[in-house]
Amino acid sequence: MAVLVLAEHDHATVHPATLHTITAAAQLGGEVTVLLAGENCGAAATAAAKITGVAKVLCADNAAYGHHLAENVAWLVKTLAGEYSHILAPATTFGKNIMPRAAALLDMAQISDIIAVEGPDTFRRPIYAGNAIATVRSSDPIKVITVRGTAFEATAAEGGSAAVETIEGAGDAGYSGFVGQELSKSDRPELTSAQVVVSGGRGLQSPENFKLIEAVADKLGAAVGASRAAVDSGFVPNDFQVGQTGKIVAPDLYMAVGISGAIQHLAGIKDSKVIVAINKDEEAPIFQVADYGLVADLFEVLPEMTEKL
Amino acid sequence: MKILVAVKRVIDFNVKVRVKADQTGVETTNVKMSMNPFDEIAVEEAVRLKEAGTVSEIVVVSAGGPQVQETIRTAMAMGADRGIHINCEGELEPLAVAKLLKALMDRESPDFVIMGKQAIDDDCNQTGQMLGALANRPQGTFASKLVLSDGKAEVTREIDGGLETVSLDLPAVISADLRLNEPRYASLPNIMKAKKKPIEQVTPEELGVDVTPRLETLKVEEPPVRAAGIIVADVDELLDKLQNEAKVI
Ligand SMILES: Cc1cc2nc3c(=O)[nH]c(=O)nc-3n(C[C@H](O)[C@H](O)[C@H](O)COP(=O)(O)OP(=O)(O)OC[C@H]3O[C@@H](n4cnc5c(N)ncnc54)[C@H](O)[C@@H]3O)c2cc1C
Ligand SMILES: Nc1ncnc2c1ncn2[C@@H]1O[C@H](COP(=O)(O)O)[C@@H](O)[C@H]1O
Repeated sequence: MAVLVLAEHDHATVHPATLHTITAAAQLGGEVTVLLAGENCGAAATAAAKITGVAKVLCADNAAYGHHLAENVAWLVKTLAGEYSHILAPATTFGKNIMPRAAALLDMAQISDIIAVEGPDTFRRPIYAGNAIATVRSSDPIKVITVRGTAFEATAAEGGSAAVETIEGAGDAGYSGFVGQELSKSDRPELTSAQVVVSGGRGLQSPENFKLIEAVADKLGAAVGASRAAVDSGFVPNDFQVGQTGKIVAPDLYMAVGISGAIQHLAGIKDSKVIVAINKDEEAPIFQVADYGLVADLFEVLPEMTEKL
Repeated sequence: MKILVAVKRVIDFNVKVRVKADQTGVETTNVKMSMNPFDEIAVEEAVRLKEAGTVSEIVVVSAGGPQVQETIRTAMAMGADRGIHINCEGELEPLAVAKLLKALMDRESPDFVIMGKQAIDDDCNQTGQMLGALANRPQGTFASKLVLSDGKAEVTREIDGGLETVSLDLPAVISADLRLNEPRYASLPNIMKAKKKPIEQVTPEELGVDVTPRLETLKVEEPPVRAAGIIVADVDELLDKLQNEAKVI
């Protein structure tokens, strides 16, 4: 068995989601090779070589991979695939964009968003927004998999000493190009790896009111999240969305403020250790999953909490 | 321009799904079915482009049993011109759907294909990317904005860090995210008109596609339930519990 992990990185550092994916890869048994496709990505390759559990790093440093265009990266994965029994990537927008394309090039099915490895060909994955968990077995010779980060511990970023092998790129498909990006900048911890997350919903009513959430978050050293309604209403950017189609979080403490608790939102928070709900409607479904519920007006509660924390 | 829109019939997003006692799947009898919400957004985008004069024909495709014709009719009531029903029973994996759509792309030569980013039943998020691979065409996944000009599609994509814009040569495959638009409700006259629009039937065999599943579902279980919590009286009690009982702050 030989396992290939497609690393998510920003050319200088390896994204933490990759560390969780490597843990899943290690559970399959066999040697773990990391593929790092980027441009001027030597620093990220060096970092990848230090990750515990990595036997080898393949570094494809090429302009075609500068923006992780799926068309080019998937093709590279396909050209390397023959030597591996499993190919894994994080179930982030990076992995979700590239891996199904690679799978189809290989004529393999993909097993999306696994939460457990039951054996080399058997995996557990949530379906129906996490309202059911399926155990599936693959009959394909190469298992192409994306991994839900919150379901696997991160392997240590240090401790390994893998060799870095430079490989050729596989070319530019030539029919897609990068135009630009608008990335959110924040000094707060990253949503998917934060220990505490404070999220706001439609109940916040305006972008200005989200400052009340931020104030509590800053006291707790927390990340800020949001419901879809809050994002759609323009209170916060899209990358704050938590849920079935946003980010999956599993912090020690998740605080849902002015969020009703639709199943699509709950899908993203169910694995949190402790859930707190603050909502003025005592019938709100969020209270059914909350460990601690406070039925109150958030406009009174949030300033009081900020003061007392 | 001509576009192909793929739509899937799924359990309505408002339904609380229940796992069958024998763990073979989820309960679907007497359960409300609807068009996958992301696919409604894909149809809406197509219809808006037609209203804007950019697109001349919208072909809507769904694969599944006879009931999916209802979903095709819904898309036609929203404004799609004609339907193709790929008639096949049983579980269809994204790879199989992508192969079926590829066969239709070859036949229909659309300027682009648009579909949902994810089916809310299998939550796979694969089909668009797979179709892009099989057709050897570029992909614009998780689209929150689409601008067409000079044989290209400029797609703004929702990514984990924020937004990214890519430029794709047409034909391309586009998958819709939630914020691409807000789908309309079909009006009664349009629902009536949709009944007269043509739906063609084809089979996977006629399209030369093997749809045999690659994955076997061994069992489907309920997720672990969270133990019921408590209601606290005020902020002081909440903070006390978080500090001293849960020990998370
Ligand atoms: C295909 C699909 C995918 C989706 N994916 C996601 C997803 O990933 N994430 C997601 O979050 N949603 C998702 N949704 C949307 C989801 O169904 C809900 O519409 C959404 O989560 C509602 O957001 P909300 O709870 O903020 O708003 P609402 O449901 O409107 O709830 C607002 C809550 O705020 C409370 N409130 C109002 N004022 C106050 C006050 N002053 N003090 C205290 N409480 C107050 C109200 O009592 C209410 O409970 C998806 C939907 C679909 C169809
Ligand atoms: N049986 C089907 N018929 C038509 N389109 C489908 C079918 N299955 C999936 N799709 C399309 O592919 C998208 C992504 O589905 P999935 O990859 O299963 O998450 C859906 O939103 C649909 O647009």
